Amino acid sequence: MKVTSPSHDSSSGPSTASPHPAAHDLLGRRSRRLEAVIEVAIRASAFGVIAALLLIFVFIGKEALPVFYSEEVRQEVDMRRLFLPLKLDGGSGFVWQPVATVPKYSLLPLFLGTLKATVVALVISVPIGIGTAVFCSEFAPQWLREIVKPVVELLAGIPSVVIGFFALMVLASWLQSAFGWGVRLNAITAGIGLSLAVIPIVFTVAEDALTAVPSSYRDGSLALGASTAQTAWRVVLPAALPGIFAACVLGFGRAFGETMIVLMASGNAATMSLDPTQSFRSFSATIAAEMAEVSRGSAHYHVLFFIGALLFVLTFLANFFGHWYVSRLRAKLQGKTR
Amino acid sequence: MRTGLTTLLAIASALLSGCGGGDAGKTLTVKGSDTMVALGGRWAEQFMLEHRGVVVQVMGGGSGTGINALVNGGTDICQSSRPMTDKERAQVKQRFGKEVKEIPVALDGITIYVNETNRTPSVTLAQLKAVYTGKITNWKELGGEDLTIVAYGRENNSGTYMYFKEHVLGGDDFAVSVQALQGTGGIVSAVSKDERAIGYGGVGYAVKVRELPVRKDESSDPVLPTEENVVSGKYPISRSLYFYTVGEPEGLTKEYIDWVLSPEGQKICKHEGYFPVARQ
Repeated sequence: MKVTSPSHDSSSGPSTASPHPAAHDLLGRRSRRLEAVIEVAIRASAFGVIAALLLIFVFIGKEALPVFYSEEVRQEVDMRRLFLPLKLDGGSGFVWQPVATVPKYSLLPLFLGTLKATVVALVISVPIGIGTAVFCSEFAPQWLREIVKPVVELLAGIPSVVIGFFALMVLASWLQSAFGWGVRLNAITAGIGLSLAVIPIVFTVAEDALTAVPSSYRDGSLALGASTAQTAWRVVLPAALPGIFAACVLGFGRAFGETMIVLMASGNAATMSLDPTQSFRSFSATIAAEMAEVSRGSAHYHVLFFIGALLFVLTFLANFFGHWYVSRLRAKLQGKTR
Repeated sequence: MRTGLTTLLAIASALLSGCGGGDAGKTLTVKGSDTMVALGGRWAEQFMLEHRGVVVQVMGGGSGTGINALVNGGTDICQSSRPMTDKERAQVKQRFGKEVKEIPVALDGITIYVNETNRTPSVTLAQLKAVYTGKITNWKELGGEDLTIVAYGRENNSGTYMYFKEHVLGGDDFAVSVQALQGTGGIVSAVSKDERAIGYGGVGYAVKVRELPVRKDESSDPVLPTEENVVSGKYPISRSLYFYTVGEPEGLTKEYIDWVLSPEGQKICKHEGYFPVARQ
């Protein structure tokens, strides 16, 4: 759902086909009634999706709220202890240790870990994804494009548990023997695994954006004597920038919320470190690993829901900001070209 | 999940078998330790297969919950992975006028895994604690090579995690750098691929890894978690798993406990990764 919406945005750009005027007369009354039924069904499904989204948020929010008001929960954890340094034996620090004599629920190590892996995944997948998209739409001959495109998109069909398994069993060993890292399961291993899931998203959306650039732009540029590379770099890429930015935002959302790959390949140690060769624990993996056995209604339970709500809000904000920026960018670019 | 499944099975088998032998239609409640839920469930399933019409319900909740239930008369048998305290025994005595009967039903040993290339001779319990709380970070300090230690453990929902935390770390927190993997199989596979690694888990899982001998303290001998050493109590990280009843077990309760202690019942605990209790 996420993947296709911006591609529609970018493709329904300058050239919208208007229906043939004669088409109206061809439609009989019966087919018009059928059309009305279908329209209602489509409308219902659209509202159904929105309702489901709202209900999910309401449910998660309801279970997360006791962190703010419940006296019982607040004895163990409150906002200050979630976000500010905790007093520990040897000074203060940020620790995620929910099963302990004194449970510790710092969210910062989890946030840092999630961000670390996301950045690694984006650093790898954005250049590769966009590069492949540019190659496909601007340089590749037709026959090659018809091989590359489905193959990259096939990558999106690999279940993330398979990617996670690959990262855990194969990739981690390769990388460790190649670079001699002390920690086998770290942010780079998990980030590369994540990028396998993110590349097809970035590629698909970016490729849509590039093909949506009117060919008159290319023809004009080539006619003025620019090479194919100059045309791609200076004309097509800037024109497709909003779509490409949307590709990056969607890639970010996917990497940030991805669970299985991270759960399997990150080592799940909640270290407070920016070093990508260290193990980390992500928000999503924490929920996945701990939710099953946590006793309902405990502080730990509500904190896990709070993390869920946080993930929801953060990805929502990223997407929202992305869309806002894309529309601004688009307006600016169109203003310039006119 | 497991408990639910077992209960379902129990009900299903009761419905299917209808009237049977002498114990038909009787229900036995077993409650307690989460560590023992899987084991208890296996016992119950097998016992019910052989005794048509009998229902054995196995529930978890933790050893403490099970003991509470026993004190309140809410269960026939309490499964516990720790011995009952004197206070708890006194409560039962006061309420029922009978002594608590303690029956060790299985033994649980925690193996320390290291990579096959690791030449560290052994560790003491104190060193193990230091490794998992982050005080010792290099194999050199344990008499091995000059390599950093990468410690693997279980997720905090695991019974083994709790056991290790209580019995090896003395209740202290694990270091944040200890990596948490999903299941003992995950730990063993990680350790088998990583020369710096150390991990813990059940004996049955130790494949393609080296079992590191453990010493109780500086002066004791290194011990491997063989069946003999765990059963004799020589291996320091092992514990008994218990059944508790109010007074001497009678009737169906006795029949079930006798069956659990029989060679057939004890074979199941080996199958589930535990050791049989020493024959008395």
